[in-house]
Amino acid sequence: MRKRIVVGAHYGFRDWLGQRVTAVLMGLYTVLLLAVLIVARPADYLGWYGIFSPVWMKIATLTFIACLLYHAWVGVRDIWMDYVKPTGLRLVLEVGTIVWLVACGMWALKIFLQ
Amino acid sequence: MTTSSVKAARPRPKHLDLTKIRLPLPGWVSIMHRISGAALFLALPLLLWLLDMSLGTEVGFDALAGVFGQWWMKLILAGLGWAYLHHFCAGVRYLLLDMHKGVDLASARASAAAVYFVSVPLAALVAWRVFL
Repeated sequence: MRKRIVVGAHYGFRDWLGQRVTAVLMGLYTVLLLAVLIVARPADYLGWYGIFSPVWMKIATLTFIACLLYHAWVGVRDIWMDYVKPTGLRLVLEVGTIVWLVACGMWALKIFLQ
Repeated sequence: MTTSSVKAARPRPKHLDLTKIRLPLPGWVSIMHRISGAALFLALPLLLWLLDMSLGTEVGFDALAGVFGQWWMKLILAGLGWAYLHHFCAGVRYLLLDMHKGVDLASARASAAAVYFVSVPLAALVAWRVFL
């Protein structure tokens, strides 16, 4: 039976490209959010709440967070691949990274969909 | 697994003493890109907690003034401000390098310096806003 390496980048180019596409989208969102904040200048709770209440802003923010999760997954996995050599430990760290990111994503959904 | 043992048998670079390595400026941009990215990854729950509290209720929003008043929170937020700015600026540089723009040594060194010229003053501005 062929030996398989269970921890590693099996789709290097796809992840490389995905990390860059998500970077561009997050950069655009950063500029958009800054522009909105500069124009609206929220000073109290209602002003701040109003920034994120339009549906388009919720969609943009959740898209940003989806991009962030994928981008961070590729980046953090690169760190584990560079510095952590034992397969078992690296697998544990990679699974932990996924759990961490998915939990953050769920929290973001709770914040912006309630 | 045989491929990795073959790799391990190869002669390793001699100078891996971190105190002896003199990292050029683009190297500093690179390692700081990694460190700032890791810091932002670890800070995600804190940032989500702040976001949740600020958007959830008016009581939560007002309570944040007390949270932001803590010196250690100011330090963390100023640090994360730097991390985001450095990661952003260095990221733009890497996107340009990936498109084969500015890959010669002189341009690459100049753009590495530009990352610091843009991100450090902006980070100082963020720190100033956070602390004062």
